[in-house]
Amino acid sequence: MPEPIRVIEGKAVPLKLENVDTDQIIPADFLKILGKKGLGRYCFYRWRYNEDGSLRGDFILNNPRYRDASIIIAGKNFGIGSSRENAVWALQDFGIKCVIAPSFGDIFYVNSMKNMLLCIKLPEEQVKMLQELAEKEDLILRIDLEESTIKFRDRILSFAIDKAVRERFLQGLDEIEITLKHIEKIKKYEESMPSFMIPNPRRFITD
Amino acid sequence: MGLAGKSIFDKIWELHTLYEKEDGETLIYVDRHLTHEVTSYMAFEGLREKNRRVRRPDLTFAVMDHNVPTTDRLKPIRDELSAKQIAALEKNAKDFKLTLFDLYSPYQGIVHVIGPELGLTIPGITLVCGDSHTSTHGALGALAFGIGTSEGEHVLATQTLWLRKPRKMLINLEGKLPENVTAKDVILWVIRNIGTGGGIGHVIEYDGPVVREMNVEERMTLCNMAIEGGARTAIISPDEKVFNYVRGRPYAPSDDEWSQALEYWRSIVSDLDADYHKTIRFHLDKLEPQVTWGTNPAMTVGVTEEIPDPGEFDDPGEKQAAERALKYMGLNPGTKITDINVDVVFIGSCTNGRLTDLVDAARVVLGRKVAHNVRALVVPGSQLVKRSAERLGLHRIFIDAGFEWRNPGCSMCIAMNEDRLRPGDRCASTSNRNFENRQGPGGRTHLVSPLMAAAAAVYGRFIDIRELDLPSREEVLEHAGAY
Repeated sequence: MPEPIRVIEGKAVPLKLENVDTDQIIPADFLKILGKKGLGRYCFYRWRYNEDGSLRGDFILNNPRYRDASIIIAGKNFGIGSSRENAVWALQDFGIKCVIAPSFGDIFYVNSMKNMLLCIKLPEEQVKMLQELAEKEDLILRIDLEESTIKFRDRILSFAIDKAVRERFLQGLDEIEITLKHIEKIKKYEESMPSFMIPNPRRFITD
Repeated sequence: MGLAGKSIFDKIWELHTLYEKEDGETLIYVDRHLTHEVTSYMAFEGLREKNRRVRRPDLTFAVMDHNVPTTDRLKPIRDELSAKQIAALEKNAKDFKLTLFDLYSPYQGIVHVIGPELGLTIPGITLVCGDSHTSTHGALGALAFGIGTSEGEHVLATQTLWLRKPRKMLINLEGKLPENVTAKDVILWVIRNIGTGGGIGHVIEYDGPVVREMNVEERMTLCNMAIEGGARTAIISPDEKVFNYVRGRPYAPSDDEWSQALEYWRSIVSDLDADYHKTIRFHLDKLEPQVTWGTNPAMTVGVTEEIPDPGEFDDPGEKQAAERALKYMGLNPGTKITDINVDVVFIGSCTNGRLTDLVDAARVVLGRKVAHNVRALVVPGSQLVKRSAERLGLHRIFIDAGFEWRNPGCSMCIAMNEDRLRPGDRCASTSNRNFENRQGPGGRTHLVSPLMAAAAAVYGRFIDIRELDLPSREEVLEHAGAY
């Protein structure tokens, strides 16, 4: 069962790019690794490393100032593309606890929620404001899920979040167990399924 | 809204709703679960950890496709990690009693090619797969969602999924496509217009004369790339073309069940007065072949256009993205598409790896040769596609022209096996993603139709396919048979 999360506090890093796809978050080569542990090494791999394995100086997550950042502030459509949940595992293993962006790829958003990586949608102006603040000097954000607020310096921003997502973070629920409380409804549907809906091997393809 | 008719999405959604929470989260029954070696491993591990079983092994099908070699299947897999992942799926399928189409199965192929082709995908069902291109199955009127690994574990254990009802977007494709402008050009045009995030939170329903004119495989191309416009999925109301496509396939309803199936399928098509949150119309009478120039599928222009100038974008985010993309792609603003040379041509993938696509490519390749400096591959989407093509004689057209003729898999679309670009290689590809490094580190991808890709192989650069005098699909099949 996942641990409940009420507050996330950490340094923010501005990733001023739109349409960051999950292929960039973790390249396909590393999807062959069985398991979640250690994937942080491959997070944004081709943006972080040159071909010879040296660090790329032009990528913000390589900047020593942001090495301990745990909150990414990104452009719109973060996490579009492939459904690979490894993108979420890689971000988490890299130390990221929250991503703030104007919008997210649908599948990435759900995958994040299931793994308790918090995705917060904020209006574009607020995202840009936070990016600029984080660029100028160290920006520590305190995100309170119970209050749905982001606190920094003397300011407070509130954010909208699905009740179901919030509950999940606050309670750390095992979703399969919850679903199995509805087992009678599942069985009832199954009993009513007509035989043509069941994919039995009915014939072969012959030349 | 209450009095309006229902769309196909509404109908399938309601019929599969088991429970709806006050906040709108809905428990949906899943009629089919397709799975493959790459995204399933941790889901099975999760089941083991909790001592859970697969609730409905008879509704769950596994296939090896993402990282499999497309070369000789009798040789051992050289990539150790791939071999382990493939072995893990074999063990999981065995332990949890699932049907597996392994490397040696005559039914092996890309999961979104084999689903429809085997009759696993039928109209009116809910279907999920741990792959974002699951929207492909919507072409048959199935409600299909790409899901993550945690969701996959949930489906394995419960045969259900918690979903929030997406909004509905109707895309009406009107007019008649010009000759040799294909479903791939249409979907690139749609994404170019709605943007990579335009469909976020929506299910896209396609309709209109252009869709009705398309065969079922072409509709699959259209639905396949809905995710590249951000959509949750895509769907098309099934018609006689779909029913004829499904009939007789290995897992499709039997003749005894057929009339009952048809009755249900006819009942789920969209009502004429169905309402949508958003309706977009595209008039396609003058659509030209489309070519991507950048690093996401919305960065697309017509074949007669030039590479855009980032300076002309108003939006600062788009401008920055365009500059970055041009740098990555090694292209200059103002370059004509037809002045761009290619090094590699890839024909295949869940977008364009079906028989229709290979026939189209063969229309261009027949009687021509691959340019001397181009490496060209045809990777059929499945063993059945490959065998059909070989029985028709299409493989000889490709091999004689200098194409490599491979075994089925995702191959150079995702570059998890040995099929990949070298740094700097420029590729005309019939696949679905032109993201940075997608086809191999440093590789440069231009997404195009099979016709355009085949022509690029022959000429070593992009050409306007409309300038060639091409045989029809029927004519090329006649030629192939007589080869």
